[in-house]
Amino acid sequence: MRKKKLANLKEAAIRAFFFTCGVLAVLVLLGIFTTLITTAFPAFKEIDIGRFLSGKIWDPTSPEKAEYGILSMIVSTLLVTGGALAIAVPVGIGVAAYLSDVAHWRVREIVKPIVEILAGIPSVVIGFLGIVLFAPAISKVLHIGHGLTALNGSLLLAVMALPTIISISEDSLNAVPVTYAEASLALGASRWQTLVRVKIPAALSGIIAASMLGMGRAIGETMTVLMATGNARTFPDLPGGILESVRTMTANIAIELGEVPFYTTHYYALFAIGLVLFILTFVVNLVADVVLNKYQEREQ
Amino acid sequence: MRPSTAKKIWQALGFMALRVCMALVLAVLILFLYDIGSKGGGSISWEFLSKAPRRGMTEGGIFPAIVGTFFVTMITAVLSIPLGMCAAIYLNEYARQTRLTRLIRLSIRNLSGVPSIVYGLFGVILFVNILQFGTSILSAGLTLGLMTLPWTITASEEALKTIPNSYREGALALGATKWQSIRTNVLPYAVPGMLTGTVLGLARAAGETAPIMFTGAAFFLPYLPKSPGDQFMALPYHLYIMATQHHAILQVRPLAYGTALVLIALVLGMNMTAVIIRYRLRRKQR
Repeated sequence: MRKKKLANLKEAAIRAFFFTCGVLAVLVLLGIFTTLITTAFPAFKEIDIGRFLSGKIWDPTSPEKAEYGILSMIVSTLLVTGGALAIAVPVGIGVAAYLSDVAHWRVREIVKPIVEILAGIPSVVIGFLGIVLFAPAISKVLHIGHGLTALNGSLLLAVMALPTIISISEDSLNAVPVTYAEASLALGASRWQTLVRVKIPAALSGIIAASMLGMGRAIGETMTVLMATGNARTFPDLPGGILESVRTMTANIAIELGEVPFYTTHYYALFAIGLVLFILTFVVNLVADVVLNKYQEREQ
Repeated sequence: MRPSTAKKIWQALGFMALRVCMALVLAVLILFLYDIGSKGGGSISWEFLSKAPRRGMTEGGIFPAIVGTFFVTMITAVLSIPLGMCAAIYLNEYARQTRLTRLIRLSIRNLSGVPSIVYGLFGVILFVNILQFGTSILSAGLTLGLMTLPWTITASEEALKTIPNSYREGALALGATKWQSIRTNVLPYAVPGMLTGTVLGLARAAGETAPIMFTGAAFFLPYLPKSPGDQFMALPYHLYIMATQHHAILQVRPLAYGTALVLIALVLGMNMTAVIIRYRLRRKQR
């Protein structure tokens, strides 16, 4: 009897150990959030939070009057991300539809791992290719002084977002019940009509979720935009700003955190940018999650 | 009734557009790999791989960066693999569908969406400042370890899901406790799959720059790191420096290409190994 009790105790201890590991994920997420809040908080003793979010000038090292407005960075981030999605979403859906509806299964078996290679290329290498390949091409084709522009960043981020968008969109296209397609074909619709009017609408929530996840990745990407978009601290004109040099939130943190003296308002303000970034990506990912879950529930 | 020709033409055009999308993606990938391969290949030599940079990093090799990336990835693995596996065991073997379980899963999904630079900021505060590890291999490795944690958990859980329930039930029916059944009838079959999944995460960590920039990676060090408390050079950070921060950027471009080639070969090599092992495992399981 005692032996059994001991065994039960051991089982409970083992369970508790694994439970702790599982809960760690929640703790890390909370840890990141509280760290950002507590480190960003002192910045707002000196900076008005409204001016921080709506100010267009970021000049923390100005000898006369330091300015901490991040609106130009927010707009730059959204500009680069929007450009990336404008390219990656249609192309990604196209590739996903090709893989699910056009390609022979043998081609699919070969192509899918190849697309995964694209996801494996480190962001710093993509940024490097932006400098040596894309930027010179952009400057030549569009006759502008240099190619380190928002457009360059958008193209590169599109490439980086594509694997995510392709794989989730393809999954959701494949998850559309065969009966939908069969009904459409039986009514005399062509395979193309079936794809565009039946399958893609039925898979839409999955495709939207895929695009949102790609968007989250693009907003948070650092090295690529840091290397490829020129990092000018100006407010981008819209929509012509796509051909100007821009500085995103991520790039600004990467550039300035290495030089800033610790525990100054400037230092805290960089963490405040990190907090804005965290909240932005958190919301985007959460929406993607909800959309994807709804979709899966309906399937079951 | 004959199918109308217009319908056929539309279909041909539509499918052609889809093929163009596919070709575009493949072309970009080939262009990337070809450019790095052809221009980086010339820089690769035994000296490049085995010597330190010389003359203000305009000559010499990248050996310290290779060593640094190796060490930092080891620390990442030591933190991320055991924790990730244990968390996955909890989620797949023990957890019931409670609100807490859903919260854990939600956290894992959101962690994998947190920008890498935010992990860098977190690492600066937690490891460099609060735990006083300073800017070091240890801080950088732990930061990357936290970043890879959600990927490791997800990959490990996938591996656990492939083990049929009859394995567990067989052990339980013979009077084994829950842990005994997991240890003898689940883990031996799941661990290889769990490991290959985690290698994919490690490959991504090895190529990351933003999280290590402020937690330990150094511009240039004349010596190799001797302990986990030292700063280090890393391949991705070295490439960033050579591509954008060097005083003679155009002169060192071949070295940057060489570094990019080594980095890509390392990361894709790790990826490929994992994918091949996984493929073999799946065949064996069938």
